[in-house]
Amino acid sequence: MTSTETSGPAEGRHPMTGNALSGDARGGMERHSYDVVVVGAGGAGLRAAIAAHDAGARTAIVCKSLLGKAHTVMAEGGIAAAMGNRWPEDNWEVHFRDTMRGGKMLNNWRMAQLHAQEAPERVQELEDWGALFDRTDDGLISQRDFGGHKYARLAHVGDRTGLEMIRTLQQRAVALGIDVFMECTVTDVFKDPSAGAGPGVVAGAFAYWRESGRFIVFDAPSVILATGGIGKSFKVTSNSWEYTGDGHALAMRAGASLINMEFVQFHPTGMVWPPSVKGLLVTESVRGDGGILKNSEGERFMFDYIPEFFKAETADTVEEADAWYDDKKNNRRPPELLPRDEVARAINSEIKAGRGTPHGGIYLDIASRRTPEFIRKRLPSMYHQFKELADVDITAEAMEIGPTCHYVMGGVEVDADTQESAVTGLYAVGECSGGMHGSNRLGGNSLGDLLVFGKRAGEHASSYAASLGGTRPQVDEAHVKAAQKSALAPFEVEGGENPYTIQSDLQQSMNDLVGIIRTRTELEESLAEIEAFKVRASTMVVEGHRQYNPGWHLALDLRNMLIVSECIAKAALAREESRGGHTRDDFPGPDAEWGTKNLVVNLNAEGTGVDLHEKALPEMPDELKGYFA
Amino acid sequence: MSYTLKLRIWRGDKEGGEVKDFPVEVSEGEVVLDAIHRVQATQAGDLAVRWNCKAGKCGSCSAEVNGRPRLMCMCRLSDFEEDETITVTPMRAFPVIRDLVTDVLFNYEKAKELPSAQLGPRDADGKRRMAQIDVERGQEFRKCIECFLCQDVCHVVRDHEDNKEAFAGPRFFLRYAELDMHPLDTHDRRELAQGAAGLGMCNITKCCTEVCPEGIKITDNAIIPMKERVVDRKYDPLVWLGNKIGLRNKDDAGRTEV
Amino acid sequence: MASTDQGVTSPTRARIDARTLRQDRWWLAPLTTFVVFSAFVVYATVRAFMGRDYYASPYLSPFYSPCLGDCVEGASDFGQPFAWFPLSAALIILIFPLGFRMTCYYYRKAYYRAFWLSPPACGVAEPHQSYSGETRLPLVLQNVHRYFWYAAVLVGLVLTFDVFLAFRPMPAEYAVGDGETSGIHMGLGTLLMIINVVLIWLYTLSCHSCRHVVGGRLRHFSKHPVRYRLWTWVSRLNTSHGRWAWYSLFSVALVDLYIFLLATGTIQDVRFF
Repeated sequence: MTSTETSGPAEGRHPMTGNALSGDARGGMERHSYDVVVVGAGGAGLRAAIAAHDAGARTAIVCKSLLGKAHTVMAEGGIAAAMGNRWPEDNWEVHFRDTMRGGKMLNNWRMAQLHAQEAPERVQELEDWGALFDRTDDGLISQRDFGGHKYARLAHVGDRTGLEMIRTLQQRAVALGIDVFMECTVTDVFKDPSAGAGPGVVAGAFAYWRESGRFIVFDAPSVILATGGIGKSFKVTSNSWEYTGDGHALAMRAGASLINMEFVQFHPTGMVWPPSVKGLLVTESVRGDGGILKNSEGERFMFDYIPEFFKAETADTVEEADAWYDDKKNNRRPPELLPRDEVARAINSEIKAGRGTPHGGIYLDIASRRTPEFIRKRLPSMYHQFKELADVDITAEAMEIGPTCHYVMGGVEVDADTQESAVTGLYAVGECSGGMHGSNRLGGNSLGDLLVFGKRAGEHASSYAASLGGTRPQVDEAHVKAAQKSALAPFEVEGGENPYTIQSDLQQSMNDLVGIIRTRTELEESLAEIEAFKVRASTMVVEGHRQYNPGWHLALDLRNMLIVSECIAKAALAREESRGGHTRDDFPGPDAEWGTKNLVVNLNAEGTGVDLHEKALPEMPDELKGYFA
Repeated sequence: MSYTLKLRIWRGDKEGGEVKDFPVEVSEGEVVLDAIHRVQATQAGDLAVRWNCKAGKCGSCSAEVNGRPRLMCMCRLSDFEEDETITVTPMRAFPVIRDLVTDVLFNYEKAKELPSAQLGPRDADGKRRMAQIDVERGQEFRKCIECFLCQDVCHVVRDHEDNKEAFAGPRFFLRYAELDMHPLDTHDRRELAQGAAGLGMCNITKCCTEVCPEGIKITDNAIIPMKERVVDRKYDPLVWLGNKIGLRNKDDAGRTEV
Repeated sequence: MASTDQGVTSPTRARIDARTLRQDRWWLAPLTTFVVFSAFVVYATVRAFMGRDYYASPYLSPFYSPCLGDCVEGASDFGQPFAWFPLSAALIILIFPLGFRMTCYYYRKAYYRAFWLSPPACGVAEPHQSYSGETRLPLVLQNVHRYFWYAAVLVGLVLTFDVFLAFRPMPAEYAVGDGETSGIHMGLGTLLMIINVVLIWLYTLSCHSCRHVVGGRLRHFSKHPVRYRLWTWVSRLNTSHGRWAWYSLFSVALVDLYIFLLATGTIQDVRFF
């Protein structure tokens, strides 16, 4: 180490963004001190940072991309919140019930309850901060229909709700003057083993500037992980390059555990053509606003795939399904709006049965059902997306779509009320936390999740930091050296493999073997392949130097992708049933016994792989059980 | 249906650099960003480029393709002839960091100078009421994905580095307009728009509108209305007279200047 | 090397010498604008200073309407308050349409690009060392556009009145055939004036200032339904403001040219009835 600075943004850098040219400071190490460090600047990270700041904590946001580019911008449909603006009958209890049923009762009941209760106020807050939602005729926030929700309850802005949300939170964070470290990747969470009662508490984090390669040490008693998901481990995915499971891996390496990792949501409707955008999301709102699914024979096949569990609330004739859009009281929902796992499986079966489209998808048709004006008004981004990328006019022809890896239900095991993991001072929120969505997430529940638990995590992280007073956990200099060595390791190797190749092989392998339909043999094969990838990754080579070097960045992210992939494959192999986002060809139905427990994974003692054990679900209190009688 | 694309990419950093040839295999349906990624995976592992969503929604992969500011993910190869050379350079209005990555700090600085939304109290039932037609204009501006192509192409700063201090740029005029048209906002930012943000520097030559990948009518719907609103406050004797004799437009009531 | 070290070749930017890497014919649009506008300016200047051949009863050239100076007989339908004015009568009123167009948001774009090269086209470096936009005199005066718009509405009304007058029967000396002098008349000149006045109105009503005045300045459309309707209507016209600017420019020149040719006796009016 040549230089260390104490606290506060470094000289020559902007105090808010911290982003400035610094190629000349390559050898140095920055040091900053905060109460709360939030890793990730998507909806959850920003909301957490705002809450922490409001609670009086000195807060920093550290994010891999520029501020405002996080994956939340891709969310299209809306924020599920039982505000009752369209349906006065709607309330948190109905929302809670929908969430639990959508997750096949595997959700952490307390998280589902808190989410349903607090989401409406979190949405109103966004409006206070300048968000412009679509309105009802009475001038209230409009709410739209979505799969698995009994009432129209998604607060939305056309089909770009995620963009509205992130921009609003970003503008709020900027207005509050919260420090943001943009294009900065966290590679380790530090613990102080001597502090606290257990195996140590959080002391800080280690990161590097993507721009300069310069390292940063954060001294902070609270670290909130809000890093999103793991989708980049799969080939066909709607997720961006950032989704490499960083938070999942950081938490595990710090000693926390992950739950529900076998549950990966494949969104039923992703683009299948052209190849360069394969996997890109087509919003569920297309179906919510009247779109239907057809196979190559022109048949509206979803009526053949209504599961027993949802028979009572799903229309079984075309007439009833079509009448529902206008009269929701006297008709049941169209089967196209079943929860995502059901629809994705149905599409998968149709394609496998040879009734797919020329590009290997099925048809999603709204052109023949709604006027071009309606489509352009309600689905502007979709119209734009297909027009620009596929040269398809969705007001005139059907879209070709197929399932795409979209979301991981699994994540860091946290306390429902505080979002704290098993490690004191380490919090996880949003997609990288687990439990809220059980085995399958309902559309619209993600954005609500980010806001509700972002706020809770920020507040609790802040009050924990405040409770420490002057005696804070200390970062061990030996840990800093080790973190630095580990980050620079890819430059030390000679004659190894290029990280891009390993990543691409991993994505293909996960897609083929741990995809939407799984079997024992393929999962075992996948675990063997992951072991082989680990060996290859230990000798990867990076060309060039540390300044803005994507090869190096990928090499570091790849370690996280590998460990997370192993968690998914291992948990998927263990769970011998089909439920929500986990479908086993060799165990096609749900199993009551499995419905009572979560699978928990930890890093093994050597730190080279993962261990897995079963854990009983938290018991729901009787008054809530009443909703499912 | 694949062919070898004659791709040229600017490589270098603030010390210097040049456009280099990277012939690369591409196939039907691909975009410029696909070609860049293939170069990265096969020929230049350390080629610096920003990108995230690859779907025109995040505004990260801004660059200049044959001299025109574009999102690389929305720039289809089928729009070019197969034998055409495609030259990709970083945005030329911002300081370069490395290869296709530029330092866009300017934009984040300007964002901080703009007082954000400040709404009055909620209605008695804890909700807010706004008519759809009243929020629609603002919604158009909030489609902005902050790709900063408008800021890149705007000659006021592109061709005059010294104007950066006094000029916020089209992206932030959008924001001023959005807030000024917000039905419930309580601040009057017209003085700021004209003064601190340098609205008067804009000579409405409309390049921002031309390059906007979201198709926002930046000039017609935001900048010109904002100029007119400043005129209301600043140069219009009729408005001044109206204020003097108490014939005030109540539409603007309840706003305080910031 | 036109560009300066303040622009795309300044030290912090990516080192590229070319002032643009555009490969399309970006210079075509500004060049066309330059040629056509220059031609119009030359023609209009010549015609405005001529002070004659602007009236061929019942047609009055739009360059001279309303004719308030020492005009030829029959041309002054609004009197001659400026009869003392020694120069061409066109110069008395031409300031209004000229000012309207000079301060028009569309024309500003067009001439800043084509004449001042600021910038010549998007992504093409401009040749100027410094730039202050419309913040100082004289360009700060562009902000008076809405007053010229008020005046342009009056001019539009006068030109509309002229169209009605263009249905008047022609005096005998201009008449063809049997020299009929009663009843109403319509000739090619009338038709051209109708087309011209329609285009002038489209241009005037699609103006950005008009859009602002009728409703754009409001924050609550929902409380002003009529003004909202007007605003929506003007907004639709406004998307083609540039087109109306060009078309009406041509039509004004054409009507004037037609009347010039009639007045000099070069051609005869084509009569429909």
